[in-house]
Amino acid sequence: MLLETRQQHTLYGILLYIASTIFVVYLTIDLPDADTWNAIFWITQLFICINAVAKSFLQESRGRMLYYFTITSPVAFILSKLLYNLLLMVVMSSVNLIVYSAMMGNPTISFFSFCLIGILGGCGLGLIFTMLAAIASKAMQQASLMAILGFPLILPQLMMLVRLSKTAFGEIFNNGIPFQMTLLLVSFDILMIILAVILFPFLWKD
Amino acid sequence: MRLTWWKILSIILLLYAVVGGLLLPVPELSQLGETIRNLYYHVCMWFSMMILFTISIIHSIKYLNTKNYIHDIKAKSYAGTGVFLGLLGYSTGAIWASYTWADPNNPAYASFGSIMREPKLIGAALALLVYGAYFILRNSIIDIDQRARVSAVYNIFAYAMLFPTIWIIPRLLPSLHPGKEGNPALNFNDIDARMRIVFYPAVIGWTLLGVWITHLKIRLQVLNEKKFSNEQ
Repeated sequence: MLLETRQQHTLYGILLYIASTIFVVYLTIDLPDADTWNAIFWITQLFICINAVAKSFLQESRGRMLYYFTITSPVAFILSKLLYNLLLMVVMSSVNLIVYSAMMGNPTISFFSFCLIGILGGCGLGLIFTMLAAIASKAMQQASLMAILGFPLILPQLMMLVRLSKTAFGEIFNNGIPFQMTLLLVSFDILMIILAVILFPFLWKD
Repeated sequence: MRLTWWKILSIILLLYAVVGGLLLPVPELSQLGETIRNLYYHVCMWFSMMILFTISIIHSIKYLNTKNYIHDIKAKSYAGTGVFLGLLGYSTGAIWASYTWADPNNPAYASFGSIMREPKLIGAALALLVYGAYFILRNSIIDIDQRARVSAVYNIFAYAMLFPTIWIIPRLLPSLHPGKEGNPALNFNDIDARMRIVFYPAVIGWTLLGVWITHLKIRLQVLNEKKFSNEQ
């Protein structure tokens, strides 16, 4: 099941997308300060996520969906999609991190914790957009609809992530708050998986 | 016109909220002054908005369970009235903020940028955006059954994602908006006893009014559907 969802050409497409996005950013501002660096990192992360994950449902043809319908249950299908997109976003986040810090300089004090936060954030974004892509694939004008549906939902998480990633720049928080936020983000991810498993069977029947 | 008990209750409570809200004594605070009376209207709007959205979710869940089309109409109508109350909440809040937060030395638009960064305002804006997206999603699907199903799924998903963040995030970020610690306005120590006797009836009154408006919308739509199916 997992192997079937892999499509080589989109993978390279997204890698190229990362490289060119960062290159555009690199050409427009040279060496930003820490806050800007953080903000732009998360914006690129968001757009990569939309492009990478949107593909997972929007590119499936009707016939192929019908084929999946006959061979698996909806729960198995959505779980494998979630898992695949999760892995995809982990890979993409790390690629993004590496290319980004190579080109734009690296103002973080603790790069390791920033990496962890980046990957955690990537997972969260990937999970939300998987479900939204499933919803949007049922409607017309899918690509733009996905942005409309997704942005308000993703903003709170993004705010938390940006705030949390400031720990990596050495900003001092009250004791325990970074840990609380991380816990919150992880619990959101779990909540999303549960919701997806409950709700997807209703989208599945066509 | 038939008036059931809760409609009469709504009228009485709202009359009480308007008259009592403007005339009964309020605690004197130097910063707020008499603008504190806006609490009876501004906060109530948000309360009834959340209650209506919650009713909308319940109908979405019912729709997914029963596939009865009436629940879809109900979910849509409650969400619509909720958005309307949210807009009213925004405008009352804006009037309030222009007297208490805005810097009189700057023009209004200069204060706007900093006021919009308030976590509560962000949360409210997100709620309205999400429900705006809900209506766009509805409009972009032609098939009636599929529209009902997909929008019910989005409604539940969005609600489950959105509301925890609205309740949690303001507690993590710095804010001028009152009600940062604990549940705003539900905490008994927050409000003066003199205000409580108006505030709680006002919440119930506004919510009932919202439900009433929604009932009219639902009946109108059901009639329209009937007319449409008779013509065919």
